[in-house]
Amino acid sequence: MSANSAFNEEKGGSSNVGEPEYGHDPASGGIFSSDYKRHDDLKEMLDSNKDSLKLEAMKRIVAMIARGKNASDLFPAVVKNVACKNIEVKKLVYVYLVRYAEEQQDLALLSISTFQRGLKDPNQLIRASALRVLSSIRVTIIVPIMMLAIKEAASDMSPYVRKTAAHAIPKLYSLDPDQKDCLIEVIEKLLADKTTLVAGSVVMAFEEVCPERIDLIHKNYRKLCNLLIDVEEWGQVVIINMLTRYARTQFLNPNMNESLLEEGGGEKAFYGSDGDDDEEEDKDEKDKKKAEAPSVVKRKPYVMDPDHRLLLRNTKPLLQSRNAAVVMAVAQLYFHLAPKAEVGVIAKALVRLMRSHSEVQYVVLQNVATMSIKRRGMFEPYLKSFYIRSTDPTQIKVLKLEVLTNLANETNISTILREFQTYIKSMDKDFVAATIQAIGRCATNIGEVRDTCLNGLVQLLSNRDELVVAESVVVIKKLLQMQPEQHSDIIKHMAKLTDNIQVPMARASILWLIGEYCEHVPKIAPDVLRKMAKTFTNEEDIVKLQIINLAAKLYLTNSKQTKLLTQYVLNLAKYDQNYDIRDRARFIRQLIVPTDKSGALSKYAKKLFLALKPAPVLESPFKDRDHFQLGSLSHLLNAKAGGYQELPDWPEAAPDPSVRNVEVKESVPEWTKCSSREKRKEKKVEKPFYSDSEGESGPTESADSDTASDSESGSEESGSGSESEESDQQSESGSEEDEEEEERKKKKEKIKDIFPLNISVCLADHAIFPLPVSTNQTITPSGNLKTYELLHRITGEGLSVEYCFSRQPFSPDPHMVAVQIQFTNSAASEAKNLHIEDAKLQSGMRMKEFPEIGHHRCTLPAGETVSVVMGIDFCDSTQAANFQLCTHTRKFFVSIQPPVGELMMPIFMTENEFKKEQGQLMGMNEITEKVTLGEKCHGEHAVIQRVTTAANLSRVPCGSDKECRFAGKTVTSGSLVLVSVVTKDNGAAQVTVNCEKMVIGTMLVKDILQTLTQ
Amino acid sequence: MSHEAVRVDPDMEYLTPGVVDLEQMFWTGLGATYTHCNQVWPNLYIGDKKTALEKPGLVEMGVTHIINAAEGTWNNVSTEMIHSLFLVNPSGDIFLEKHWKSVVSRSVCDYFLEAREKALDPEDVPPVISTPHHYLISIYRDKLFFLSVIQTEVPPLFVIEFLHRVAEMIQDYFGECSETVIKDNVVMVYELLEEMLDNGFPLATESNVLKEMIRPPTILRSVVNTLTGSSNVGDKLPTGQLSTIPWRRAGVKYTNNEAYFDVVEEIDAILDRTGTTVFAEIQGVVEACVKLSGMPDLTLSFMNPRLLDDVSFHPCVRYKRWESERVLSFIPPDGNFTLMTYHVNAQNLVAIPVYVKHSINFFESGSGGRLDLTVGPKQTMGKTVEGVLVTVHMPKTVLSVSLNATQGSYTYDNATKVLVWDIGKLNPQKLPNLRGSLSLQTGAPKPEENPSLNIDLKIQQLAISGLKVNRLDMFGEKYKPFKGVKYITKAGKFQVRM
Repeated sequence: MSANSAFNEEKGGSSNVGEPEYGHDPASGGIFSSDYKRHDDLKEMLDSNKDSLKLEAMKRIVAMIARGKNASDLFPAVVKNVACKNIEVKKLVYVYLVRYAEEQQDLALLSISTFQRGLKDPNQLIRASALRVLSSIRVTIIVPIMMLAIKEAASDMSPYVRKTAAHAIPKLYSLDPDQKDCLIEVIEKLLADKTTLVAGSVVMAFEEVCPERIDLIHKNYRKLCNLLIDVEEWGQVVIINMLTRYARTQFLNPNMNESLLEEGGGEKAFYGSDGDDDEEEDKDEKDKKKAEAPSVVKRKPYVMDPDHRLLLRNTKPLLQSRNAAVVMAVAQLYFHLAPKAEVGVIAKALVRLMRSHSEVQYVVLQNVATMSIKRRGMFEPYLKSFYIRSTDPTQIKVLKLEVLTNLANETNISTILREFQTYIKSMDKDFVAATIQAIGRCATNIGEVRDTCLNGLVQLLSNRDELVVAESVVVIKKLLQMQPEQHSDIIKHMAKLTDNIQVPMARASILWLIGEYCEHVPKIAPDVLRKMAKTFTNEEDIVKLQIINLAAKLYLTNSKQTKLLTQYVLNLAKYDQNYDIRDRARFIRQLIVPTDKSGALSKYAKKLFLALKPAPVLESPFKDRDHFQLGSLSHLLNAKAGGYQELPDWPEAAPDPSVRNVEVKESVPEWTKCSSREKRKEKKVEKPFYSDSEGESGPTESADSDTASDSESGSEESGSGSESEESDQQSESGSEEDEEEEERKKKKEKIKDIFPLNISVCLADHAIFPLPVSTNQTITPSGNLKTYELLHRITGEGLSVEYCFSRQPFSPDPHMVAVQIQFTNSAASEAKNLHIEDAKLQSGMRMKEFPEIGHHRCTLPAGETVSVVMGIDFCDSTQAANFQLCTHTRKFFVSIQPPVGELMMPIFMTENEFKKEQGQLMGMNEITEKVTLGEKCHGEHAVIQRVTTAANLSRVPCGSDKECRFAGKTVTSGSLVLVSVVTKDNGAAQVTVNCEKMVIGTMLVKDILQTLTQ
Repeated sequence: MSHEAVRVDPDMEYLTPGVVDLEQMFWTGLGATYTHCNQVWPNLYIGDKKTALEKPGLVEMGVTHIINAAEGTWNNVSTEMIHSLFLVNPSGDIFLEKHWKSVVSRSVCDYFLEAREKALDPEDVPPVISTPHHYLISIYRDKLFFLSVIQTEVPPLFVIEFLHRVAEMIQDYFGECSETVIKDNVVMVYELLEEMLDNGFPLATESNVLKEMIRPPTILRSVVNTLTGSSNVGDKLPTGQLSTIPWRRAGVKYTNNEAYFDVVEEIDAILDRTGTTVFAEIQGVVEACVKLSGMPDLTLSFMNPRLLDDVSFHPCVRYKRWESERVLSFIPPDGNFTLMTYHVNAQNLVAIPVYVKHSINFFESGSGGRLDLTVGPKQTMGKTVEGVLVTVHMPKTVLSVSLNATQGSYTYDNATKVLVWDIGKLNPQKLPNLRGSLSLQTGAPKPEENPSLNIDLKIQQLAISGLKVNRLDMFGEKYKPFKGVKYITKAGKFQVRM
């Protein structure tokens, strides 16, 4: 059933009770009870045997979670299904578990063993997903289990599992930071991994757990650079950001010799023309340089570290990525690390991102705005790409405006101003205001156009829109402050505006201007004050303050005309509602009106009020934002975000570059066993990469020609270095193969040891399932294994087959029961190609066939006997496994049905553990029967022997000689099976079986009773 | 347990150690053992991060409030990149939430909803919002907001790009990305989100990989699933995940092997009121629909690759081949994908396919105005211009329009003040014209500003830049595929200032 119906049903159910859809938890009883009811039917569905019902229930529960509804009361019912066979149900249970485990820690613990078992699964997807869920369960008690699982997964042979291990590291770290040291060890191990799949995830873990341990990167630096292009996009972003920081600590500033170059000429002409603030900056930089000039001169000319070059070269192609985050990461890397002459390459890519979604545009423009202050030349050719369309969102418009303003210089200012003119006509008033501010900034930065801009702004004063006028006034005020003498007519013009403009900020600005430059407009100023005195009480606070200021200034310069007016204004202010204004009035009165009490200050009043004030600097809000790493959240917010890693300053002297050399004799990590084909593929990708060094050097290296040759040779060096690394790898893999070969031989020998075969068995998948030879045979009394017939000599036309349950753990899959099959060829001719076909298994049951006998080298000659082992997962049931046994000529239908006692394997337990477990398996899970022992069955020894023959259990030590205890667990699900036999003097006995699986328990009791009564 | 709080009874004769004692303890390490949490006064505890993180323990102790007195950058509690995702519909309802770590209350969205209220247009909502404890990064797409909650530093583009991938994935799976579709398929969307992100870090975002793990719904499959109880969830590891070509699944099989490429070019232009080009450029994209069996290795070459100035590729394209030979060499993903996007060299003059003669006047009296628009073909390379649509954003004071169109039809929306004139095919013999009068709000002053026109158009079988595909070769497979290339030119952001 589809989720669709689930959702609607949900909705339907809830609409009865008045839309509690998004209500948090309405306390009314009606809703509560209906919730309860509804959950009841979900519980029922979850408890049912049908997977489809369970799936349906889980779908509805997940739909509830998705809508933010609380489903935590279903936890016990859901967690039961964690080992469900249906993979979709299982996945949904995982989703649920991860969501609610934190709230129900005790119950969540019940599921842990399932995942622990999953970690050992031969299927890498199951191992990975088990680790993923286990590490997502935020329960502090399982920290040690998680740690162990991560360590193990970190040396898994599947790169996918190792990737999952890397993902699990930050999860564990956030759960328990005390594990840091152990986790760093794992990170170190995974950093050495050579697969692209792992690289991104482990660097992510490194950044989260121990970004300060930059030393871990040294040995892996070159490898990361070389793998970079093949890493998945998200990993690329993380790696590039980390390498940016790394490079800042390990290499020298490539622009350190700039001052020397500038003296050479070329550079200076180019950058010097950029304008005032840039020049200032350059000057600053130069000053700094001059201070350290002696040392610079003495130092040998800058040579770029070949590793630094490697990073720049290998990241450059990623500018062509379709992923905006990758492009931005490379752009910031170039901005922070590349020589000035090479940074330009990023501009084109960034401009391309401007075509993307508006959110991407927003972030990119923020970064371009910062970059364009430092490196204006780079974006100049793309000026027109920043032109504004009327359909752009306002925030984009304002940012584009910012960039345009930053890019303005003498040559392009006329085009930019023409653009600005069209913007002023826009309908978006916020944008118009921003444009007027931008014009003001252009005017202050570029002296040539100051008058033009001012005239333009004055024209705007007659605009119909008040906002436009107000903004213009504010900007004009700032501009006039720079050269007030020449513009008394503009001030006069503005004085007239006081009659019309109502925007307080603009009024305040005009008043301030008139006050400040009242000597330029001696006639108008007193008149303005007179008008303002009339309206004083109705003005806004900022305007009132400026009226007081104007009055004070006029009193000081022209007291004859304005003395009375000033007194009047000050009196009005004295009784104002605003205490700031009252304070100001009192303060100014004391200062300017000489009384006998007034101190020395009043003498200086004029100096105080009419001091020459520095003109305001109109600067970009993006100035100096580049101390944050570009592309970061902190840069965007212009405030440090939590977890932000400071971008370090370049070191004065380069640290030892040899730390990045990789030793030739490197220990082989275990997992390099990943198929050599994959490795070859990787190399194929890498190959053209190395050969690229010439292609790239063209335009960039001519700029710093004296260093070019150095870096060139450097890169060659690194090339050869990595080549040697490569050959090293090959030799490694060679030696590995040898090792493998040896291992294989060893294993064969061992196999022979176990099964006395005179033909060699080819285990095709021996590499996947390393066969640990079981040494703990002591658990079960061997020798008295019961054999069953599979194929009679007569039906089998000479081939007879018997089988027995060997009671050995089946190592390829621990959930399978090992069945030892013995073939005896009593026919005259040899039997070939013995194999299994067409297995008809009950759902859930699985079978691991024995390798084909007699396929390659050997046959089963007449009169010979051979035995093999196969594994069957009976799903903890006694249903038969039916299959066909085939020779080269015939097929026989056969079936294997296990006695219930073979479906379990022994486990060790102490007496206490046994009692504890038994205590938990009471009630329905306990089956007790009374029995009279058979004649031969008296005595402890006999009982033990009978029971262990009937079932694959191990004995649990017991203090009393009247009681025997046995423990085991079922092979598939791992449910505990506990058996105790209490004997009485009169030959009576009581058998108790405790098992979660009631069917197994009942059958086992019967079997044991039978064996004891014989 | 070491977490248990050490109790202090105020009635007991407990002496707070003095400075000397404390110093003594500090140097000798005697007299004080480290405990994770101390009860220093009835119901007042001092504890460490471990205690603070253990919610159930806190509940047990009866803790209701926590004050964080920790210092330094390493005391942030969470470490994941993307913490939670909320989907918000246009009316501000949250209809889906997904948390990849502990649950963040949905009240965190209030900051966002507030910003959304404030913005006039959904596009004006700032993509990054800072709240006291979280950062909210959102995208607006298909009339839905995808809102993610972040706690620590992360590149904003990383999150934005990921959110767009989520939207694209929903589009890819269900054919559209809308509230109803997501609600109808809520479980599958949830499963997809689970696979796409692990602990806030992207895990599988390739469509080919995801489709192997979670099969997209088809009518047939849902019927079969209902009958047989089989599931949509794959149980094998997607082959792509492990190979060096994660974008392609293994074992692709088709009876008809076909590869189609659409070269779509968009003209971005700003024309000023006299009709001269202020700014114009061509952006192109090559969309591919490849349905080929096995592991085909394709090579696509152009007649005139030098036209392309700036390119970006799907990860499958071998960048080195492009650098050296200017051909696209790639093993394609299965199905639809964007092979490359490009920008045509800015030096080449951009052909502008249409011109607009326009005049708009408002009477001084302020009671109305007149509008007259004519659209005609300009440089069309002999092709027909279709699907012409003119959009005019009128000044706020324009109340209604009364116009007469010689071709097509127009609508005027008084709420948004947008005039749309749908012309259709351009006939060079009989140029379409739209004229008539505008009526303004009474008493409103004559509008200062002039509106601007946006033009939409389409030209089939033409790449306006002149780009031409030369040939497509396939290696690695035996069969002969059916190949096709289609060209189309559209107007991108094509604006005429009046």
